[in-house]
Amino acid sequence: MLGQATALAEQEREGGIVDRRDERPVLRFERVTVTFDEIRALDDVSFEVYAGESRVILGAAGSGKTVLLKTALGLIRPDRGRVWVFGQNITEMPEEELFHIRARIGVLFQEGGLFDSLTIEENVGYPLENQPSLRCPPEERRRRVEEALRFVELEHTLDKFPSELSGGMRRRVGIARAVVVEPELVLYDSPTAGLDPITAYTIIALIVKERDLKNITTIMVTHRYQDAHFLAGFRWDPQRGGLRPAPPEATRTRFLVLREGRLVFEGTRAELEAASDPYVRKFIRREQ
Amino acid sequence: MLDILKPPVLAVQEFFSLAGRTFRNLFRRPHYAADLFLQMDTIGVGSLPIVSLIGFFSGAVMGMQMSKALQQYGAVGQTGQLVALTMVRELGPVLTAIAVAGRNAAGMASELGSMKVTEQIDAMRALGTDPLQKLVKPRLVATAVVLPLLTIIADFVGLLGGFVIAYFFLNLSSAQYWNNAWQSLEYRDVTFGLLKPFVFAFAIALVGCYYGLSTTGGTQGVGRSTTQAVVTSIILIFVLNLFITRIYVSL
Repeated sequence: MLGQATALAEQEREGGIVDRRDERPVLRFERVTVTFDEIRALDDVSFEVYAGESRVILGAAGSGKTVLLKTALGLIRPDRGRVWVFGQNITEMPEEELFHIRARIGVLFQEGGLFDSLTIEENVGYPLENQPSLRCPPEERRRRVEEALRFVELEHTLDKFPSELSGGMRRRVGIARAVVVEPELVLYDSPTAGLDPITAYTIIALIVKERDLKNITTIMVTHRYQDAHFLAGFRWDPQRGGLRPAPPEATRTRFLVLREGRLVFEGTRAELEAASDPYVRKFIRREQ
Repeated sequence: MLDILKPPVLAVQEFFSLAGRTFRNLFRRPHYAADLFLQMDTIGVGSLPIVSLIGFFSGAVMGMQMSKALQQYGAVGQTGQLVALTMVRELGPVLTAIAVAGRNAAGMASELGSMKVTEQIDAMRALGTDPLQKLVKPRLVATAVVLPLLTIIADFVGLLGGFVIAYFFLNLSSAQYWNNAWQSLEYRDVTFGLLKPFVFAFAIALVGCYYGLSTTGGTQGVGRSTTQAVVTSIILIFVLNLFITRIYVSL
């Protein structure tokens, strides 16, 4: 599966036409509708994400971005349509079985979603301790937690509580918790919301670093075009330790735009910037 | 008309759904023993001072009120009996449950509500734990275990309050008060007096957790859930008390 994805990535980077007929998508939404109190949070949404791809989901507040991510995790059940994750239909999957799927997915919630009564070490180690299919022994858990915190440069915060950290640091701990399980797919929910530009850049750089060092399928929802710009146009430079510009095909990034629960655009960055839809154009112009 | 009825009917349905799923999970793994003991400490040990104070003063007041009424029939010596019966049958279970509802149903609703609005409940599910197993089950079991114990303490401290009044103000001897109180109690008084808090525990814990987990609308929503949890659990305590007492008197 991974070998096939790598071969496809190579083919795509070289500018070849990619034939995905035999490839199984990591995530697939099939005409998904989610309704809350008769309001359609997602309305007939269909798309597919393949291994190694990056997907940016843009949309204004209330457009259904977070609902989409939670539906992908099986936290919200669709009223209509089907959701496939790693080739398995999770639409009506029981919660106990979903845990095995979720163990392969990392997630960063909008405000970090850290447990405020647990220390940073306990927070980051939480999935290793509780995911039924992981359940690490304490020594290995400690080692992996330290490793994940080192990745986000917060290894000195092990014994602190989330309330003792700044907003940006909490978001970085959230990233550490998302990647500690060595996931195949990572979902980021507005990772830079409410952060200053410098901290926002640090967070995006970590997301790009995680994606490029481990070739992880990445889905990021955001309302900031600036975040999308970094994810689509930059790659992590392992030699110099920073972001460097990269051609669009190298990052394998595609865009979705949501408007009031409906998917109004899907395509590459070039297609997005050339889009004629007034909503998409207005959104990009404003965010730029 | 249907639009008005829809939200409360939906809430009742969701409440019973939560209760049903919690009962189904009671004997299923995983069991979070550390969370259970933490909750027993919070609810049991934490409520001990308020339950003791409420028990003592209600016992004392009952002693005063009953002696006044008994004086008309020259039966002040029966004060112990009346204090024992009212405390063990009614006041002990109901007042203890109300104190715990005020303290812990509110605590559960606000704690779980805060977790809900800060996406900690979603995070918990995403990271491999079922909130019903991790949060609701320990709270329910802890309340069901400690509320009857707290009621026993409240009953005893209430009797002590009645004794203080009887001994110092009514000039009854210690033996007269305690013998009279002890002999008036039947097994079924004690049985129903302990069955009540056991049933009330379900109302307190499930209502607290239900309102907590259904919180929406930020910090304002947490406040709203907390208030609703206290009001609903107290009303439920009184309604359930009526039904249990009805069964008691018909036996």
